[in-house]
Amino acid sequence: MTGGLRGPSPEERPHPEGRRNSQGIRIDPEAEAEPRTRTAVVSALVEHEPGVLSRVSGLFSRRQFNIESLTVGPTTVDGHARITLVVEETDPGIDQVKKQLAKLKPAISVGELDDDAVRAELVLLKVRGDEPDKVHAITQMYEGQTLDAGPRTITVQITGDHGKIDDAVDAFRQFGIIEIARTGQTALARGDTPTTPGEEPGHTAEPAGDGADRGVPDTNSD
Amino acid sequence: MSERATQPAPDSERNEPDEPTERPPVTSGAEAAVRALENAGVEAMFGVQGGAIMPVYDALYHSDIRHVMMAHEQGAAHAANAYGAVRGEPGVCLATSGPGATNLVTGIADADMDSDAMLALTGQVPADMVGSDAFQETDTTGVTAPITKHNYFAGDADTVGDTVGEAFELARAGRPGPTLVDLPKNATLGETAREPGPARLPETYAPQLEADDDAVALAARAIERADKPLLLFGGGVIKADATETAREFAIDNGIPVVETMPAIGAMPDDHELCMEWAGMHGTGYANMAITHTDLLIAVGCRFDDRLTGGVDTFAPEAEVVHVDIDPAEISKNVHADYPLVGDAGRVLDQLDEELERPPDAREWREQCRTWKEEYPMDYVTPDDEPLKPQFVVEALDEATSDRAIVTTGVGQHQMWAAQYWTFRHPRTWISSHGLGTMGFGLPAAIGARFAAEDDQEVVCIDGDGSFLMTMQELSVAVRENLDITVAVLNNEYIGMVRQWQDAFFEGRRMAADYGWCPEFDKLAEAFGARGWSVDEYDQVAPAIEGALAHDGPSVIDFHIDPAENVYPMVPSGGANGKFALSEEQL
Repeated sequence: MTGGLRGPSPEERPHPEGRRNSQGIRIDPEAEAEPRTRTAVVSALVEHEPGVLSRVSGLFSRRQFNIESLTVGPTTVDGHARITLVVEETDPGIDQVKKQLAKLKPAISVGELDDDAVRAELVLLKVRGDEPDKVHAITQMYEGQTLDAGPRTITVQITGDHGKIDDAVDAFRQFGIIEIARTGQTALARGDTPTTPGEEPGHTAEPAGDGADRGVPDTNSD
Repeated sequence: MSERATQPAPDSERNEPDEPTERPPVTSGAEAAVRALENAGVEAMFGVQGGAIMPVYDALYHSDIRHVMMAHEQGAAHAANAYGAVRGEPGVCLATSGPGATNLVTGIADADMDSDAMLALTGQVPADMVGSDAFQETDTTGVTAPITKHNYFAGDADTVGDTVGEAFELARAGRPGPTLVDLPKNATLGETAREPGPARLPETYAPQLEADDDAVALAARAIERADKPLLLFGGGVIKADATETAREFAIDNGIPVVETMPAIGAMPDDHELCMEWAGMHGTGYANMAITHTDLLIAVGCRFDDRLTGGVDTFAPEAEVVHVDIDPAEISKNVHADYPLVGDAGRVLDQLDEELERPPDAREWREQCRTWKEEYPMDYVTPDDEPLKPQFVVEALDEATSDRAIVTTGVGQHQMWAAQYWTFRHPRTWISSHGLGTMGFGLPAAIGARFAAEDDQEVVCIDGDGSFLMTMQELSVAVRENLDITVAVLNNEYIGMVRQWQDAFFEGRRMAADYGWCPEFDKLAEAFGARGWSVDEYDQVAPAIEGALAHDGPSVIDFHIDPAENVYPMVPSGGANGKFALSEEQL
């Protein structure tokens, strides 16, 4: 017959003072504030194969990443597509987003864009057609286009960065917005910087006009 | 993973001059799939027949690959998983579409959580019927996307072979994991003369095998100056075939070792530097060491919550060196001060080369040794009271050879097996860790039996609840006359749940108390296996002796003390250093 588990009880043991925060980083508990989140634009160059979009979106729901928008479209390289994601996360969270994306087999390259990256978004706005002149004026102000004008409704298109689109939507509220469709942000790195690390330039030498028949980004291609 | 893992599979032996006989050319997608498996060196696979997978089975008819017909697809997946874990290569399982594929899901998820290389092949309705809700149609790639490393829909007879080859290579490359190829019937039945080429990894998949030299140097300096260095071996040490390297690293540098559960066997349990496994039910001394270390050198682990307890109090004084082949594991749960991305064995070699001197850890080693004496793993064995499960585990360990393989289900019995069996070799502890799949043990024992050497005993230490979940696989063990011993530690409870109900739900034993169990010895006899029923201490050794001597499957129903609990215990989210030695300390 033996005695069973023994040894000092939990209260009798020494316990270190140190602590980690929710991200597993050692911290001074007195000084530590809640980790801040920020908005990041992440670009992923992927193989344009069936299921790639559902793998990416599935990753976001499975790992509870906060995603603001996702856009996808082909590039000039056959079989490649670019996915642009806007995420709201802590720094370690953004790091995880990039690493988990990079782990997906169809992912060719993943990178976060700098603050000076070129970003754009498109919105379609359908408003009441009671005051066509005013609608036209506001559309001009935002360098937009009128796509459809009828007796009861006018549909315009505005492009620009996220803030401009927000402002434009606000400006059109006076007419009564009937319907709205926003694409979410898409982005490229500025200048010679590749948008994702190691990304090869596309078909730069091809004659102008090539690719026109590839059409607009096909968000249903998944 | 080792270097081997990232190289393309050998171009079979087709170019060898002494190739004995030419294999007949492939004529269909199904034959190309089987040829790809043959080229990959697959010797055994586990599966269940069904309509949409029939063409693949038909192609197996003339293959040398041994197919083991399982009772249920979940069993096929667990058997393949265990077979692969023992052999160090991807296990292969096979199922039909619809329910066949969905029955695999638990086993695939299990392999995914434990980073076990596995290839699942599933039948599918013909491609032109996909989406029509055809008979036995399930969106298998959709269902399994979150639980596979990658999956494929191989819709074309010409590419089936290459896809299967790639999936097999991908499963074992880098951080291992399960892959799946969904095989619509049109592709497997479809004509093709295309022999699968040498299996290659996808171009987009190139794991980093060696850590950056600068990062290695920084980590080496941290190790040199550490006062209380501690190695934490994870399952990656075993999966990378880095056990010898890791042991040498620990011994040469005099650094104590704790393990995660999947790493059991990486360091011999009875080595003086081995503190065994840490975490919720780990040893008191492992949890003391991990609480007080000032430099945790983690190799191939993912800091699961059952290891860390509350992250806030995990290794709170330690800088962390994290070696892992998956960059996404670095700083996922615990921040790595010294991230080293690469293959476990290679990075340890790099570190060893870079170290100018071992750390001065004499006092720390002495402290670790003291903790071992202070918190011994021990249990009460009065001769006249109900049988203690720990005693049964020790008796089985004593009666078997050093390299015996232990498989388990999930629950109390699993913890007792991990705590009281003395493991000395990698790939001898085969269990379900991350997913915690009850019912894993018996099919895993079947898979392990096909992978093990003849002189390695295979013992499944099971619980009554776990055994009831997959016991139909006993029919397979009997049909194949597999020499396995199933030891059911029977307390007529879902014991771990009962333990938690008593500790955290004021003893309200809701849906955890069977109150009655089938007579497992007689059930075994009904299947055609041998059965024993044991209530008393003096019956233990004879039953074990009889079961091990029987050349075929045996089941011993050990009626154990139903009140016995698993301790030490770190309550969920608690501090490892505050492990309780009894319920009163929770």
